[in-house]
Amino acid sequence: MNRRLQKFLPFLSLIILFVALSIASPYFLTANNLASVARQTAVFNTMALGMTIVIITGGIDLSVGSILGLAGLGGAMALEAGDPVVVGVLIGIAIGTACGLLNGFLITRLRIPPFVVTLGALGIYRGVALIISNGLPVHKIPSGFSFIGEGNLLGVPFVLWMLVICAVAVHVILEHTRLGRYAFAIGSNRVASVYAGIPVNFHITAVYAIGGALSGLAGMIEASRLMTGQPTAGQGYELQAIAAVVIGGGSLNGGEGSVVGTLIGAFIMGLLSNGADLLNISNYWQQVIIGSVIILAVTLDEVRKRRAV
Amino acid sequence: MPLLELQNIQKRFGGVTALRNGNLTVSAGEVHLLLGENGAGKSTLMKIVAGIVERDSGRMLWNGQEVFLRTPSEAAAMGIAMVNQESLLAPHLSVAENIFLGREKRTGAGRFGMVDRKGALELARHTIAQYGFPLEPEWPVSRLSPAGRQMVEICRAIHHGSSLLIFDEPTSSLSDTETDQVFRIVRDLKARGMGIIYITHRMNELRVIGDSATVLRDGETVHSGRLAEIGTDRLIQHMVGREVAQIYEREHLEPGEPLLEVRNLSVESTKLKNISLTLRRGEITGMAGLIGAGRTELCRAIFGIDAPQSGEILVGGKPARIRSPRAAVQAGIALVTEDRQVSGLALRLPIGSNVTLANMERISRLGFLDLKYEARAASELGRKMSLKASSPAQLAGTLSGGNQQKVVIAKWLFRQSNIFLFDEPTRGIDIGAKAEVFELMGELARNGAAILMVSSELTELQHVADRIVVMRQGRISGELPRGCSQEQIMKLAVMEVAA
Repeated sequence: MNRRLQKFLPFLSLIILFVALSIASPYFLTANNLASVARQTAVFNTMALGMTIVIITGGIDLSVGSILGLAGLGGAMALEAGDPVVVGVLIGIAIGTACGLLNGFLITRLRIPPFVVTLGALGIYRGVALIISNGLPVHKIPSGFSFIGEGNLLGVPFVLWMLVICAVAVHVILEHTRLGRYAFAIGSNRVASVYAGIPVNFHITAVYAIGGALSGLAGMIEASRLMTGQPTAGQGYELQAIAAVVIGGGSLNGGEGSVVGTLIGAFIMGLLSNGADLLNISNYWQQVIIGSVIILAVTLDEVRKRRAV
Repeated sequence: MPLLELQNIQKRFGGVTALRNGNLTVSAGEVHLLLGENGAGKSTLMKIVAGIVERDSGRMLWNGQEVFLRTPSEAAAMGIAMVNQESLLAPHLSVAENIFLGREKRTGAGRFGMVDRKGALELARHTIAQYGFPLEPEWPVSRLSPAGRQMVEICRAIHHGSSLLIFDEPTSSLSDTETDQVFRIVRDLKARGMGIIYITHRMNELRVIGDSATVLRDGETVHSGRLAEIGTDRLIQHMVGREVAQIYEREHLEPGEPLLEVRNLSVESTKLKNISLTLRRGEITGMAGLIGAGRTELCRAIFGIDAPQSGEILVGGKPARIRSPRAAVQAGIALVTEDRQVSGLALRLPIGSNVTLANMERISRLGFLDLKYEARAASELGRKMSLKASSPAQLAGTLSGGNQQKVVIAKWLFRQSNIFLFDEPTRGIDIGAKAEVFELMGELARNGAAILMVSSELTELQHVADRIVVMRQGRISGELPRGCSQEQIMKLAVMEVAA
């Protein structure tokens, strides 16, 4: 009951927002606009899915934006060198996974808080991307690559298909596998998890690796949409991903969060910025609105939890 | 005129009635016991007195005047202070800083003065010395034992200049000597004319410290009066609402073969020295000792949390390398820690997840969880242990202390462990649940488990354990058979054994 209520409130807000925007702007409910919302939010959504598992363990990954940049650049360089699209995408995902593994390894071996490790990693991965690219974007990418970010499959944006597959996979991991259960347990009570004989370090590392892989994929989507490998891509995206998780009911204290919640959170943010564009609200005000929504969403969630106790 | 009078207090939280008819009268210069099982409404009633929770209806009279307290500082201003069971201290600050937290002394005049560290230290030292606590004002609170923290709480409350002090189970985490110190303080405060409300679950404390008692059951005051006029059996009956013939009695079993042998174990970091101990199938080995004697530390060492410098551990007759809790769990060892909320349960997860946590292999099919099997197993164990919960999906954090303890035990039952280390298994749980926990331990022993039961409640050890091992300053100071006296146990716990 409690958990259902938790999912219900953000969902209701999303519906209300959707209806309100349909009434306020005649352009909102057009196939073109909705497809563009889907494409715009796909990158954040993919990153936020990984961030959800990380936050459920009570951790945080501030380096996902930099991972996105590094992975997108690496994948684009492979494409420029003549690799097929699939290989390029896999290379991007592999780079993301490696970055995540390194994060997880440092967090568990050095026993340093995730906030600090990934804050350092944010700088390192970004710096590496700038060093290997000399600060210059990679342009010579085969035109077929644009299908990922801009193409349609069965009349629906291809990124939406990818997002659905990733979301279902992460949902299954969280709710139906040992890894997911351990993520919740570690976030809810790490000591009790160690005492229950759970290999805690292994699972924490795995969680950051998954987050890295999804950021790598997001990097390839971003590269495909821009048709460039930008070493500076994804700056500040980590905060968007964290915001989506938090709006969707995830707790930075760990032990709480869901795929459905995160998707709703990401779409709320996507609709807000799309709606603001359609209604000619300035970019400056958009930031104020989205910031307020984050605080409001978490406040409502907290009030509800306090009442439940 | 009584100091405090509560009449027909009612309080609901959402759909749950916490108090339906709370009545309590406390006079100056008396120690008034507040008794009742967990969930009876004691804490809620006290939170209303201390201004933490607002009442829905009923009257609260303070020196004959009706008052309505909205915040703890309003209560403090009137002279009501509470010594909390769960320490509400800032662990990174020093003892002195905690005592004066929120009421810091300043050097200069007015709001711009700096915090007067020296003065605070002096004053804290004076308060501590007055009661003979083994504390230094500079010590960080994070390094103190639960007993030490309790003492800081007491200093803090006394310093307020209160006329009514509420003690919420002050001795539940203390050793006997420390308990005596608390009693001395309480008597001293009483002699100074303060009113004292004292919540406890320890039945052998009642007459040592109390003058009168009020019993709450299901949110209602069911008895109130002088302690001299009522027997302990009657009081317990009021608390549980039924006859309690023999709460803890257990048949004696012949112990079987050794399941766990500890040989000459020493751990430098926790000052364990040369421990040898054997736990046998079907036997409950009691373990007594003062706080800090090394009982919890021994459990930690056996469970692979602290690495030993020397000695060995044998499981089922074979040497076992237990270097992590994971290895201990795989060897069939279960640890029921003294603080289940900190290290025993994932409070924000459902009961079902907690039950299966130590044995996910059993509910995994090709890497996927069989959630139906999990729900079934959790319900079955819950039924067997008469767990009071709506369903396996209920969050563990919403259960009462006794039921949380049952979930912890269920976790190890699901793991099919056969060596159980119980560290203060009845801490903070009410009498009815205590009896159920003992029954569970008895059944485990009957089914062939070896059990170590660490407890500071000597009466419980006497009734439940087959033999009692006593620890003192990191060593085992002796062993006593079933039927030994409390004096014998205390002697071993306090004094060096004659060679």
